[in-house]
This record gives sequence, C-alpha cells and structure tokens, in this order.
Amino acid sequence: MTEERVPDVKSTRFRMTDYALIAMMILPILACLVLKVLFSPETEGISIAGAMIFLEVPAPVMPLIITESQVNSWAVMISILGLCLYLTHGLTAKAVCKRQLAAEWIVEKSEKLVRDNMGGFFKEWGPFITAIMGLSAFSSLICLVGLFSPTGDVNVTFGWAILVFFLIMYYKFRGGIWNYFMGLFKPIPVFAPMNLIGEFATPVSMAFRHYGNILSGAVISALIGGALTGLTRSLLGFLPGFLGDIPFLRIGLPAILSIYFDVFSGVMQAFIFAMLTMLNVAGAVPWDDWNKRRERRGKQALSPN
Amino acid sequence: MLELAMGIMLGLLGLGAGCAMIAGIGPGIGEGNAVAKACEAIGRQPECKSDVTSTMIMGCAIAETTGLYGLIVAILLIFVAPGTFTGILKDAIK
Repeated sequence: MTEERVPDVKSTRFRMTDYALIAMMILPILACLVLKVLFSPETEGISIAGAMIFLEVPAPVMPLIITESQVNSWAVMISILGLCLYLTHGLTAKAVCKRQLAAEWIVEKSEKLVRDNMGGFFKEWGPFITAIMGLSAFSSLICLVGLFSPTGDVNVTFGWAILVFFLIMYYKFRGGIWNYFMGLFKPIPVFAPMNLIGEFATPVSMAFRHYGNILSGAVISALIGGALTGLTRSLLGFLPGFLGDIPFLRIGLPAILSIYFDVFSGVMQAFIFAMLTMLNVAGAVPWDDWNKRRERRGKQALSPN
Repeated sequence: MLELAMGIMLGLLGLGAGCAMIAGIGPGIGEGNAVAKACEAIGRQPECKSDVTSTMIMGCAIAETTGLYGLIVAILLIFVAPGTFTGILKDAIK
C-alpha cells in the first residue's frame, strides 16, 4: 500500500486554488447582475414581466433567442460546478479539511435517498438526482440576490420535465414496445385515450407544478413590493426632499414573506421534482415483461432490489 | 367603438381570472384535511413525527397542483391574454 499524499492545506498553491474556485462560484452571479443592470429598462415602480431577451441570433427556421433564464441557468451551473470542486478539493482518507465532511454528507444522503425510493437496481442514480435537485434549488434561490429565477420560466422546467419523460419512456419500453402499446388498452380498450393522456400528463404536471410555485412567489413578492411603495408614499410622503422618495417600508419587510415564498417554496419544489423523478422512473419499469424478454435471450433475470 | 370593445374585453379577462382562482378551494380543503390527519397521527404516535411531517409536506405539495393550474390560467389571462387579444380586436374592427 502506497503512502497517501496529504495535501498541504496552508501552502500558497492550495490557497490560490481555493480562491479561484470561490471566484468561480461568485463571479457568474455577479456577471448576471451586471447584465441585468445593463439591460433593464428604466421603469417607474414594479413591473411583472417574464425573462428579458438579451440577444436574437438569426437562425434558419426561427431566430434563436438568448433569454435571461438561459444565461442565469448557465451561471447557476458554473457556480454549482465551482461549489462541487471547492468541496472536493483536497480529498483525503482522513479528512484534513472540514469541507470534506460536507461533501461526504451530501453524497451519503443522496445515495440513501435514491436507494430508499428507487430500490437497489437504480442505486447509481444518486449523482443524477442530486444534480437535478441542486440545479433546481439553486435556480430558485438565485432570486434572493435579485436575479430572475430560471425556474420561473416555463421553458426551463418543461425542458427538465421532457428529460424525465424520455427516461420514463426508456424504461417503459424495456418490457417490449408491443407490450407497452397493448398496456394502453387495459383494462378495456375504451380507456386508451385516457391512458395516452395520462402518459403525457406526468411531464406537464411536473413542469407546471414547479413553474407555478416559483412564479406565484415572484408575483406575490412584486405585488407586496408595489403595495409597500404606495403605502410609504402615503404615510411618509411629507418628509422633505429626497427622503420622501425612499420607500422605507420596503426595507426588510418583504424579506419575511420571502422566507416562505422564495426559500421554503424553492427548496421544497426542488425536493418534490427530484422525488417525483425518482418515483416515476422507478415505477415505470415493467419487471415481469422485461425479465421474460431477458429469459428468452438467455440473460439473467433482474430484480428491483 | 374600439375603446368599448377593449373595456369589455379587459373586464371579462379579469372576471375570467377571478373565476379561474375558484380552483384554489379544492387544494385548500384537501390540504387542510391532510394536515388534520397528520396532527391526529402525530398525537397518536409522537415518535414517528418526522416521517409523518415529511410525507405530509410532500403530499400537500402534490395536492397543490390543481390549484396551481388555476393560478397559471389566471396569470396567463391577466398578463399574456390582453396583449394577444388587443391585436385581434384591432384587426377585427378595422
């Protein structure tokens, strides 16, 4: 057994890498803030609008539109990559850095969650589920720094839901395509349209649930902000000079509601999206039909656990 | 003529948005029932409080879905539909 090389935590190189990774976490968000400030039109009061359009690239069929939600989701992805690299920087068997404990906690929890909900057959799905959950949670939480949440755009959540839909379909077809289409006509052939709608309702409901929760939070926050501005104007409008223009009541008060609408709701929806992904994918596998097909080809039978 | 038509259209859109939010009644009653039952379960078996709570929150969030559909329809009616229908009205009246 070779001696493990323990990284020197105090060395300049280790520290410089740390600072670079922290910058990788923070800089994309700052860049998004700068972009938002540069592109926002100057308006009076509160406006409730969808994602801003930054750029339209001419393309053959229709112009390719680069919106705020795309830019923000890429920023979130880079930040999460930086966070992961930071947490796993200097991994050793004996845990020299405290951050290794956090990384181990995340990995253990996600593996346990996936194993409990999907069974042993899907035990390698931990990274995928954690990635969906982390991306969704951080995309929703990005509105805490004043950016547009990518999950408040129906296109983003629909994209994720379509990905999950393809995964579900892949596992449903494992039992044979013929068996799958015959399954739509059960229990009686009259149910075929309803079963077909049920297949497509899964991704639609997943996408709309996530989008609706985040959007409703954003709309309510904007309405409360506008209401508090008006209230300040009528209550404290007598103050002289520029003091009358500052919306004092908007300082801090909306943050109380933001704890529910942004933090709790965002994290909750991320968890639910990941949970539904797990349950739908794990419940889509037709074990009997799949094992029959494997038996015919002379392969070993699989078991869900 | 156009102003009258626009006024009627915007008013009806607002009414439609309000009617769409009737969908909020169902999830309210359903989630209330779920929380009541969860409280009963915790009272009967206090040791499984964490399991009951997590399952209840999960179920509540899923029960919200129908209400959120109504909310999305209402938001579309208020923020998206006026822009679309105004163009149609102008074309129709001219």
